[in-house]
Amino acid sequence: MTMTRKATRHVNQNEGLIFEKSSPGKSAWRLPPLDVPEVDAEKLLGAAVRKDLGQMPEVSEIEIIRHFTRLSTWNYAIDLGMYPLGSCTMKYNPRVNEVVVRMDRLANAHPYQPEKISQGALQILKTLSDCLLEITGMDAITLQPAAGAQGEMTGLLMVRAYHQAQGNARKKVLIPDSAHGTNPATAAMVGYAVENLKSNDRGMVDVAALAAQMNEDVAALMLTNPNTLGVFEQEIHKIADLMHAKGGLLYMDGANMNALVGKARPGDFGVDVMHLNLHKTFSTPHGGGGPGSGPVAVKKGLEPFLPAPVVITKADGTLGFEYNRPQTVGRVRAFYGNFGMFVRALAYIFANGPDGLRQTTEDAVLNANYIRKGLEGAFDLPYQTPSMHEVVFSDKLQLKNGIRTMDLAKRLIDYGFHPYTTAFPLIVPGALMIEPTESESKEELDLFIEAMRAIAKEAEEEPQKVLDAPHSTRVARLDETLAARKPVLRWKPQ
Amino acid sequence: MRYLPKSPADREAMCKAIGVKSSDDLFAPIPAEFRLARDLKVPRQMAEVEIMDWFQQRSRENGEGYTVFLGAGAYHHYRPVVIDALVSRGEFLTSYTPYQAEISQGTLQAIFEFQTMICELTGMDVANASMYDGSTAAAEAIMMAVRLTGRNRAVLARSVHPEYREVIGTYATHQGLPLTNVGFGENGRVDMAALEKAITPDTACVLIQSPNFFGTIEDVAALADLAHRHGALLVVSIAEAISLGIVNPPREADIVAMEAQSFGVPLGFGGPYCGVLATREKNIRQMPGRLAGQTVDRKGKRGFVLTLATREQHIRREKATSNICTNQALVALMATIFMTVYGRVGLRELAKQNLAKAAYAVGHFGKEAKVLFSGAPRFHEFVMQTQEDASVINSRLLGHRIVGGLPLKRFYPELGNASLWCCTEMTPRSAVDTACGLLSEFEETAKTSEPRMQEATR
Repeated sequence: MTMTRKATRHVNQNEGLIFEKSSPGKSAWRLPPLDVPEVDAEKLLGAAVRKDLGQMPEVSEIEIIRHFTRLSTWNYAIDLGMYPLGSCTMKYNPRVNEVVVRMDRLANAHPYQPEKISQGALQILKTLSDCLLEITGMDAITLQPAAGAQGEMTGLLMVRAYHQAQGNARKKVLIPDSAHGTNPATAAMVGYAVENLKSNDRGMVDVAALAAQMNEDVAALMLTNPNTLGVFEQEIHKIADLMHAKGGLLYMDGANMNALVGKARPGDFGVDVMHLNLHKTFSTPHGGGGPGSGPVAVKKGLEPFLPAPVVITKADGTLGFEYNRPQTVGRVRAFYGNFGMFVRALAYIFANGPDGLRQTTEDAVLNANYIRKGLEGAFDLPYQTPSMHEVVFSDKLQLKNGIRTMDLAKRLIDYGFHPYTTAFPLIVPGALMIEPTESESKEELDLFIEAMRAIAKEAEEEPQKVLDAPHSTRVARLDETLAARKPVLRWKPQ
Repeated sequence: MRYLPKSPADREAMCKAIGVKSSDDLFAPIPAEFRLARDLKVPRQMAEVEIMDWFQQRSRENGEGYTVFLGAGAYHHYRPVVIDALVSRGEFLTSYTPYQAEISQGTLQAIFEFQTMICELTGMDVANASMYDGSTAAAEAIMMAVRLTGRNRAVLARSVHPEYREVIGTYATHQGLPLTNVGFGENGRVDMAALEKAITPDTACVLIQSPNFFGTIEDVAALADLAHRHGALLVVSIAEAISLGIVNPPREADIVAMEAQSFGVPLGFGGPYCGVLATREKNIRQMPGRLAGQTVDRKGKRGFVLTLATREQHIRREKATSNICTNQALVALMATIFMTVYGRVGLRELAKQNLAKAAYAVGHFGKEAKVLFSGAPRFHEFVMQTQEDASVINSRLLGHRIVGGLPLKRFYPELGNASLWCCTEMTPRSAVDTACGLLSEFEETAKTSEPRMQEATR
């Protein structure tokens, strides 16, 4: 492969499945002696007693450490370098977050322990809520939703409850064609019909089309701002006015809040309800796909509908949970939400302060624009509209050599980077959606630009090299068709 | 700002390359009237040591030095140290959903192992790569049953965790999915006669929990038989995963919706936890959530990918099986490591210790108060009826640094002064003895004097 300044090959250890290492009699556990009388499980449980645990592994501790450590080395990670997945905000996950969340009484607090001895946890809920309300410019908040998509559901449930309280739940939700797949999937779960809203030639909501489509059947518009092209909806005030004039609500998907924190507040530009992703904007780790956390912030008029319980300050000045919320949309998960993510997000806010949060946003936008400038000419830029925190190119220039966005992405792996988001948003055929976040130095950005330009050159001169990529990984491109046609979803003994 | 890797000179050079005076100019697309011209009113930037101090203080205010007898869907088990040693590795902690399979084989193989172990433990054929928690897994299982059967009602046992039932209620409200509740009998198990009456030709599924909210082990085979006789599916919710070490798995069920928190996940004041769905092979295409599958690369080498994505929102949008996107991957990894540490023999021994602790506690508490539902086997939780209000007893126990069982009046007023107690391998015998002694004193006093209302603890 081409020598790059960032990536080199390194030793990569083979490792089988844990079941293939198992043999009877090995163990990695030891229980203390029982301090109460032994029991006869068969006598206590009768027919319900279990006799055998089948193929569960039997291995020693060193094998477990090596197994999972070896597996870990097959993953790319933020800790290894730039992870420019558009819309995912793969920023640095501060290590102090991981330490504070493991403090004894935060890690080991039972969700039903009395409020009297839960003031520490309640103070964290309250402080984080206050910070997020200030950052969004909204009036009230729930931290309960477990992820962005559940935040969307919670938000739309509240939209529905709000309209229902006015006597008509309405029928439809408008969703721009640039939106993430969770938006329409969520609207369907809440019982709303989805109506597509076309973007204009600048990649923004077509305000005239919105005016034509908006009527008393529309409950809300679900808008991502900046949208998935990384473009700020400049006519946001007109959009909000159009919605409000016909009694509709403006829902904002806060996936791209990393472009706004400390610079603009959704509550100030007409948003009625929105969710945040603590695992994007507020630095909690993605952990290979989760856990996330999707708080939902609303304007005053929607406050009665928040999921129960909500945190309140009681007459004696202590904090507590209020369960008696007659107009609540109900509960969306057990207990109070992904508390561990609240601790991390709050630690991130503390580490930044107002100046740090603003500088973070400015750097995120600066980085995206620097990449945009650096890749202009090498890749097609379908929308010339100014970029905020991410930029979307297309594979149009490479397609004439039969090379698609996924091929370019796979080749980028050989250069030591995680690929950008491919084939999304849907309004850009063959999209390359790049979000560097604020966590990249100028040096790493220059390496990325160099790599992308080198790949563009390869696409012209040695297209097969790009089509066969990646060349440096432990496994080559995997047969996804086979995986779907004959699903093997668990290990079985030979 | 210590997380930002740029010097003022870097920023200046980058602005120059872009052709703007300052990075603030890049925010010009935001109309001026909406640009924030002041600092956010959030706490000032703190040093790391200040952050540590602040959270240490909150930790101290959060129940330091108490013995806890709470379970009810969140269980205190020992977490082997290898779990945190391994999940703290940046390659697991700071990676995204494994869509780019070639550089995500670590996460994908771990998910595949997780799926396998969940199948082994639940007796199901396939398991997904996690849901948010046990409550949303149960809600998604019911919606899945609706799609599988083409029927549109569900019957819920009242002995399913009350908060799970609340969540199901929220999910079902706008899906045209009426829910019917069925009570429990003297032995704490689902009332079979009532269940038989509640099932109609429109019933897509019956949802039960086992061990149920009271700790009682249900007769899953009989329940499955009854549901199946009426063409309905049986969904079994499992809130205490450790029970699978010693209690027969619900092999007769069609869908298992479980909470894997007990497998090495910290209590963490209620989350993040780890929901899972498992089912029969024939039901896969209606199951929501990510799935890792085995395949081969171009050279024939074994590898893993996310598969059957045509069920998911990023492909199917409003026609997807669910809107779920982010799941609980890192927590599922904790569970995978936990299951690997205990394995085939350890999990059984661990479960047996839990059984023994609870049996001891039932024996002792039973002398001071009435332990309900003794007509059926239980795992490690039990319901105790006292003369005095459970909240009053609890606030007295709290004075002795003991957190008593969960008062049930809020959820089951018909059980009177009842509370739900839990013992795990972490409950020392001495704690049970102390709590029993105190309870005996309180109950003696209650017998001889008018109950004096004290501040309720919740």
